[in-house]
Amino acid sequence: MITLGIEGTAHSIGIGIVENQNNYCNVLSNVIKTYRPETGGIHPREAANHHAEHIANLIKQSLTEAELKLSDIDLVSFSQGPGLGPCLRTAATAARALSLRLKKPIIGVNHCVAHLEIGRGTIKECTDPVLLYTSGANTQVIAFAEGKYRVFGETLDIGIGNCLDKFGRSIDLPFPSGPIIEKNAENGSNYLPLPYSVKGMDIAFSGLLTRAQQYIKEGKSINDICYSLQETTFAALTEITERAMAHTEKEQVLLGGGVAANQRLRTMVKMMAEDRNAQFFVPRKDLCVDNGAMIAWLGYVMVNSGITMNIDETSINQRFRTDMVEVSWR
Amino acid sequence: MTEQTILYQGAEAKIIKSTYLGNKVVQKQRVHKRYRINEIDDFLIQSRTKEEAKVMGLSRTIGVNVPIIYDVDLAKGCITFEYLVGERIKDIFDKITDEERKHLCERIGMQIGLMHNAEIVHGDLTTSNMILVEDKVYFIDFGLSEINAEIEARGVDLHLLMEAMESTHSTHASFFSSVIDGYQKTYEGDVSLVQKKIDDIIRRGRYR
Repeated sequence: MITLGIEGTAHSIGIGIVENQNNYCNVLSNVIKTYRPETGGIHPREAANHHAEHIANLIKQSLTEAELKLSDIDLVSFSQGPGLGPCLRTAATAARALSLRLKKPIIGVNHCVAHLEIGRGTIKECTDPVLLYTSGANTQVIAFAEGKYRVFGETLDIGIGNCLDKFGRSIDLPFPSGPIIEKNAENGSNYLPLPYSVKGMDIAFSGLLTRAQQYIKEGKSINDICYSLQETTFAALTEITERAMAHTEKEQVLLGGGVAANQRLRTMVKMMAEDRNAQFFVPRKDLCVDNGAMIAWLGYVMVNSGITMNIDETSINQRFRTDMVEVSWR
Repeated sequence: MTEQTILYQGAEAKIIKSTYLGNKVVQKQRVHKRYRINEIDDFLIQSRTKEEAKVMGLSRTIGVNVPIIYDVDLAKGCITFEYLVGERIKDIFDKITDEERKHLCERIGMQIGLMHNAEIVHGDLTTSNMILVEDKVYFIDFGLSEINAEIEARGVDLHLLMEAMESTHSTHASFFSSVIDGYQKTYEGDVSLVQKKIDDIIRRGRYR
């Protein structure tokens, strides 16, 4: 079965085509186009306009790369939520049009669960991980327990990516700021104390962000602030992940989301895993960020387990919680 | 050297069974984490050990059931406690009858109410951190506790327990209302304000 997935929850529009190979996800193509605002953060309507402009070409491009024709597609999957309304609606509209035109089934999937399932689908040893999902809007620690994917820990205020971007904006860095902060941090070595806010398995960043911004005003070295910001937030993220692993008694950890590209975060989580004799996994980079392949794969997994959806059940859900998904495939 | 056995290796500390002045004891030894830099590691280990011992001492004086502390070693990040013989609430919670569970949750809530009266916030209220000794609910692991007078902190404290019950005891998560019933019996402030905070936090959480 060949599935085409459309991802459009936030700043990226992605089309991925995947095929099942002995319960393993074979990614045939995975093309992504990212909206980058000239100033400030993501404007939902402008991001949606960007997606609408590029989606048709991306579908063509994904087919060319996969060496397939439109008629080879057996299933259309799309990101039903959570995310920005205008972006979600653009992706969903394209998915409905494609499904009706091809007369092929459609399925809407949960974006957060897709980040976890793509790890399980593309990394053979990765069977039952705790996922540390870190992106702009989302910061969640997710694991499978009692029949559902459950959120064991999450941010109480803003996502880690959002925290980094807001900090970046106060020193005039472009969006996304994470990669530049990472570079700056490599040149910093003097630790400036920042509030460390872990509540059980939950985490908060806004107080720390304010303090980091005060350091800028105090004229502290930007490299040192970036270093301190990364060390503090990533230590806290690693700590809540370890707590969730201890709590759920799981021995695998998986990273997902755009911030998982950060080498320092990877190193910290990997060290933590090694010290608990746990396995550490990160999907390929294009499967870590928001992408269509993960949406396609989760769609396939759901349909394969017997779930079906009519067009009138494909309304988007901006607040689609991870634990709202009925998991019939595990 | 007394005989030592590791009872549990948690996320942040080793729990060791040992003896101290002829008594059976439990030692909580915080462990260094390679993944974080020394500045953060030392700060977290020392401040959490100190805060934990301080808050537990205070808890005992106001009638909250906690193990007795025999010794605190800040440099080592080690606290020596009385050894409790009982069962983890996590292990029994789903096995008892509804009536027993209701009663248990009320007692949990009553104890939390006492803590909050003294401005103590436990910070990690999960059923793994509660031990039933005969008919008393004991609280352990005050590692993330603090003295905080804000209603917000009390809301966060109870919200954490609610989430822990939803994720770990999902079929009996509705018993959280019995925790609030118990809380109401001992908490001297306005419970409706705390309840409002819990509701605020639920709404504030992403995508709810």
